Amino acid sequence: MQQLFNFFIKNKTFVLFLLLFSCGLSLTIQSNEYQRSKFINSANQISGSVYGAFHSLSQYFHLKKENEILLKENSRLKTLMFSEEKWRSIDTVLEKKYAIQPSLVYKNSFALPNNYLTLNKGQKDSIKEDYGVITSNGIVGIIDAVSSNYSRVLSILNTNSRVNVKLKKTNYFGILSWDGKSPDVVQLKDIQDLVKLAVGDTIVTSGYSSTFPPNIPVGSILSYALNETEDLYIIEVKLFNDMKNLEHVYIIKNTAINELKALNILDE
Amino acid sequence: MNNTVLNTVLRFIGLVLLQVIICSNINFLGYLNPYIYIIFIFLYPISNNRLLFIFLSFLLGLSVDLFLDSGGVHATASVAIAYVRPLFLKFSFGAAYEYQAIKFSNTTFSQRLIYFISLIVIHHALLFSLVIFDQNEALLIIKQTFYSSIFTLIICLLLTSLFSKKEL
Repeated sequence: MQQLFNFFIKNKTFVLFLLLFSCGLSLTIQSNEYQRSKFINSANQISGSVYGAFHSLSQYFHLKKENEILLKENSRLKTLMFSEEKWRSIDTVLEKKYAIQPSLVYKNSFALPNNYLTLNKGQKDSIKEDYGVITSNGIVGIIDAVSSNYSRVLSILNTNSRVNVKLKKTNYFGILSWDGKSPDVVQLKDIQDLVKLAVGDTIVTSGYSSTFPPNIPVGSILSYALNETEDLYIIEVKLFNDMKNLEHVYIIKNTAINELKALNILDE
Repeated sequence: MNNTVLNTVLRFIGLVLLQVIICSNINFLGYLNPYIYIIFIFLYPISNNRLLFIFLSFLLGLSVDLFLDSGGVHATASVAIAYVRPLFLKFSFGAAYEYQAIKFSNTTFSQRLIYFISLIVIHHALLFSLVIFDQNEALLIIKQTFYSSIFTLIICLLLTSLFSKKEL
């Protein structure tokens, strides 16, 4: 025993190094597994307020561009309003299921294999995990960690991200994921080889998950090829969203998400 | 003594903020960012208390991780170069550093360059292998390490020469 203590005291630097090194390593490995990277995240008071302070400074540089985007969206919504009959949902219960919360992006990244965003809305605005995040152009990601004032979004530009989407024309659905390469292009898998595809076809959310309502635009087909076993397509999808410039986003609150979760638990 | 402590604390906070607010948003050519926070590790006073130094390096990396949502990659890489630093101090500046008589402002440019390059390359190689975390992407890791190291080196040399009179 005495020798063991002596050994530790003699090599205390190495022991500390090993301890901290393995500590960092385990945090890294955790962050590479979906839904387990919540220990160290930017949705906390310190980083949130620092990002907030600098965001209020830097947002002036984007004001003109953001105004244009909002103006475009306004005009699009006005057009929809004037031709209201065309898009009104038949099911009024479904319509009330979702509420929209506007939010600002405090931090965004797109150059890493696992990207996250930090938003300035949290539990105080009744934001919960698994809520979807979109812009006027398309989807951004899914909330995966929430603190009282801030929340973190698992971007679709994250190798752990999985979103259920479908082809707008034919309603065939598949899983959207990212290979970590270009921030403009994501991959759609699990579409069968029987389905007819064309470059430029629109991809929208399927609505099978409780996160996103159906028919939110995602992107268009850039190219497609069969996988190794030649029975499923791997489709390259060009995103409608410019993930490099995100400022104003909308969080989709699904008021029925708890009910759905309870049902799923019952099923299991 | 107090002055050194204050200096170290200020440098710690300043470098973390500079890293997460500015340097991680440069995205030169789409993906290149300098990781300048490791200047803290380069310039930390040479003292006998290596335990504190290694712990501070871990804290430095962890705070960067906290902001950048990167798990523990920066913490791991920082601890690693903090641990091997004495080896490269000896290698770059000779045995003189052991008497703690060395001042960074007194060293020649080439000595500093070797010291910086060796630590930056180790840090970045470890960082990107952990960030990318895929053995099939070895080429990408090497490419990222190479280009980012150059970027970091340039910014580090500029920053250290900018603040050399006051801080070193």
